[in-house]
Amino acid sequence: MYELTYQRAKSLADAGSLLAANAEAKLLAGGQTLIPTLKARLAQPSHVIDLAKVAELKGIAEKGGVLTIGAMTRHVEVATSAVVKKAIPALAHLAGLIGDLQVRNLGTIGGSVANNDPAADYPAAVLALNATIKTNKREIKADDYFQGMFSTALGEGEIITHLIFAAPKRAAYEKFAHPASGYAMTGVFIADTASGVRVAVTGAGASGVFRWKDAEAALAKDFSAKAIAGLQVDAGECIGDLHAPAEYRAHLASVMAKRALEQLA
Amino acid sequence: MAKIELTLNGKKVSREVEDRTLLVNFIRDSLGLTGTHVGCDTSQCGCCTIHLDGNAVKSCSMLAAQADGSTIVTIEGLAIGDKLHPVQQAFTECHGLQCGFCTPGMIMTSVAIIKDNPNPTDEDVIKGLEGNLCRCTGYVNIVKSVKRAAEIVRTGA
Repeated sequence: MYELTYQRAKSLADAGSLLAANAEAKLLAGGQTLIPTLKARLAQPSHVIDLAKVAELKGIAEKGGVLTIGAMTRHVEVATSAVVKKAIPALAHLAGLIGDLQVRNLGTIGGSVANNDPAADYPAAVLALNATIKTNKREIKADDYFQGMFSTALGEGEIITHLIFAAPKRAAYEKFAHPASGYAMTGVFIADTASGVRVAVTGAGASGVFRWKDAEAALAKDFSAKAIAGLQVDAGECIGDLHAPAEYRAHLASVMAKRALEQLA
Repeated sequence: MAKIELTLNGKKVSREVEDRTLLVNFIRDSLGLTGTHVGCDTSQCGCCTIHLDGNAVKSCSMLAAQADGSTIVTIEGLAIGDKLHPVQQAFTECHGLQCGFCTPGMIMTSVAIIKDNPNPTDEDVIKGLEGNLCRCTGYVNIVKSVKRAAEIVRTGA
C-alpha cells in the first residue's frame, strides 16, 4: 500500500469538510473493496476518510411502507434485520448473498452503491426497486444514478447518506454467484412496484447494472415465468471474460429471471 | 503516524504505527501475535480472521487505525489457560486440519458460526466458511469439527 493519511470523520459535516480539503482524498466505508484495492496499489489516495463513526449514516427505519437504510449499514445488518425482512424480504435475502460472512460483517450498502461494481448485488436491488439515493447534497433517483461500470451520478464532495426504498408488492432476487468470489456472474432482481414491474440485471452488462425493459413489458401484461420464455437480453451488451462469454451471461439472465418469478408464483 | 489503543484478548494495548498499516500486520508485527496468518494478500483466504467487537472480520482487509478503540480477540485469546476453546478441542478431536495454516482463521470463523447458530447443518457450516480457504482440501473434517464444537457447546461434552 502507498503511504496515506487516515482520518476519522466525527460527523457528516466533518466528513464533507475533510473531503473538500484534499482533492485526492477518498471515503472509506466498509473498505471491503477499497482496502484490497489499496493493497494491490491500484489506487493512491492521499487521505482516507473513515465514515464508521458517523452516527447520521447508521440505522434502518421503516415508516408507512418506506424503508430507509443508512449508508454505513453493514450487509449483515440488512440481511438479519427483522424490519427489512418484513418490508422487503428480497433485499434481506440479497444482502445475505454478498461475499462471505467476514465481508458481510464490514461491507456497507452505501459503499457498494457508491462503488457500483458491475458484478455487485445491491445495484440490482436499488435499480429494480426504483430506490432513492440520498446524499449530503440532494436526492437522486436510481434511474439517473447508475452511469456505467464504476460510474455514478455522484459529484465531487458528495456522500451517500441513505438509501430509500418503497416496499414493492412483491420482489425476488436470484443470482448465479461466481463460485470463488461470490460476485454475481449474473443476478436478476424483479420487483412488482406501485409504478410498474421493474427488472434489473447485474453482473452481465458491459455498462454495469441495467433494466431489462423487454422483460418488464412482458411481465406488466402477465407476471409469470411463462411471459418471459423466449426473451433474451442482448449478448452484444454483455460482459465476456475468462469466467464466461457474453452469450453465457445473457442466457443466465433468462434463467435467473425465471427462477425469481417461480419464487413469486 | 496513528496511535492505536485497543483491547486485545482482554488486555489494553497501545502502539504507534504508520497510517497505512493493515490490522493483521499490527497484530503480527507490532503486538507479536503470529497466530493470525496471512495466506493470500488478496483478501480471499480468511487465514487472518479475528473478532472485532464480537464479529468475525478479515484483519487483512482493514487498517489498524480503523480498529482504534475496539475490542479484538485473536486465536491466542480463545483458550483459557490450558483449557482449549470447544472449537479448538473439536478441531483436535476430529482432525480438522492437515498442514494447519488455515486453522486459526477457520477456528475464528467457526466460533462466530456457532455463536449465531448453535446447531448448524453441514450446509450452514459450508456457507459460513465460504470466506475461509483450506488448500489441503481438508473440508470434510473441518465441517465435522464445527458440528462437533457446536455439540460440545450445547451439551457440555
